[in-house]
Amino acid sequence: MKINPNKCVACGNCTYVCPMGAIYIDPAINRATIDRDECVECYACYYGLSTENLNPPFVRLVRKIFQWGRLRFDPEPDVCPTAAFEPDELQWPRVIRRAFSDPRATHESTGVQGRGTEEVKTNDVTGRVKWGEVGFTIEFGRPGVGVWLRDIQKMTWALAKAGVAFEKKNPFTLLMSDVTTGTLREDVLDEKVLSAIVEIKVKVEQTQQIIELVREVEKNIDTVVALGVGTRCDENGEELLVAPILERLGYKLERAKTNMGLGRITNPVQKKEDQLQEIPSETR
Amino acid sequence: MTNTLHRYGDAESFRDDYIVFATPSSGRNDVDSVPKLKKFLELALPFKPVNIGDPVHGGSLRPERGLHTTSNWKRDMKPDFRAVIDGIDEPASVVAIFDNQAAAEQFLKVAADADLGLSINMSASVEGAKECCQFAGIARHSVGYSLGFEGATDKLPNTQLLKLTTMCGHGMVSASLAKKMIDWVKEGRRTPDQAVTYMARFCSCGVFNPARAKRILEESRKKME
Repeated sequence: MKINPNKCVACGNCTYVCPMGAIYIDPAINRATIDRDECVECYACYYGLSTENLNPPFVRLVRKIFQWGRLRFDPEPDVCPTAAFEPDELQWPRVIRRAFSDPRATHESTGVQGRGTEEVKTNDVTGRVKWGEVGFTIEFGRPGVGVWLRDIQKMTWALAKAGVAFEKKNPFTLLMSDVTTGTLREDVLDEKVLSAIVEIKVKVEQTQQIIELVREVEKNIDTVVALGVGTRCDENGEELLVAPILERLGYKLERAKTNMGLGRITNPVQKKEDQLQEIPSETR
Repeated sequence: MTNTLHRYGDAESFRDDYIVFATPSSGRNDVDSVPKLKKFLELALPFKPVNIGDPVHGGSLRPERGLHTTSNWKRDMKPDFRAVIDGIDEPASVVAIFDNQAAAEQFLKVAADADLGLSINMSASVEGAKECCQFAGIARHSVGYSLGFEGATDKLPNTQLLKLTTMCGHGMVSASLAKKMIDWVKEGRRTPDQAVTYMARFCSCGVFNPARAKRILEESRKKME
């Protein structure tokens, strides 16, 4: 992302809306400026700010007059008055930043489709997490901290060493040069993203081991971590296997995402394939 | 995607936060799913959601391009539900947010009866979602727990800011903007309704809950944590 200095009037609205705090008014040029190291290309400034198309020299003059008179003009705080933000043509590997930070991004250039997968949201039709299994989503960097990919590698190395397999369709897995060791491509390590999600699946009995491992490794990672733990309920809709483990580990279970089991396979081709693969009906 | 799961707060603070969403699964039930997604949101409207949205085009409160200068004094701050529904043109999760359990559970029952064939999830307090399922006569299929935030939590802002910013699960609502809005409400420069609208426009898939945000701003006006 870049800010056109010919358009910027240094109103400062954009300095507040950047989730990474990477925008500031540079006193040397009196224009809003982006710290490119800290910018994660989330495009919150470009898409989130509404725009006016005011004449920049006129706005600067008005602002000067107001400033001189110690008057406060109180404009809308979510507006760039001169539409000064202009997207960059992002090249590899910087394009990774946008792929993992901008929820509106399409990822043809990277082969990445969003930060995560459908995980338990569509478990009623995918059967991804089966009875007796636990799907972990380990998210780094959100809210508002961001994460360097080289830091996440510390976690993927540790998980791989523990014999855990990474979710194949997860975009972060696609950045690995070696999924058996959890090693990332060398050329992406110095990229920072708003958040990234590592997804794994283990047996219920391994739940405590994984959580303890994550707690240990996160001590050496300079960002926040959010753990999501997904599992199947029994035929009565109860979940009595994993919750007790989590509570024993000290977690108070306040919030959850609940899959109602109302989905079914309706795509004609997939239906045929699934019949051939004889997927157990309990997963549908 | 975990964009509604990791909202900051305890179960009590989620008393006005019930998110119901329909998700087509790629390769399984995404073909011809657009009319079903539209129907899902149409079914939600009678229960007065506080926001609806889709991740491709946004929520019911969106940024505007090419505003007229007069918008600084007179601006439309109303959510546009019709634009969300009419704008759905590809398979993607659609979401309806409710500020009370009664509306959420009644909608859930109606959505289940409609038998759309899409995966339907509720993101809420664990107990709140359970009670909604009981009301609708649904046995839960799967559950995904949030274990909250850990690691370098010293980098996080205060709890009121966290409650506001994590309502956009993609992290598009910045802590600085949330702090600014709290300050402006405290100073009387903007009403909570206006402040909430500014923040909601940054949430690009419509999962931001304006009703809960308004309550948090009202609480913050009197006491910062």
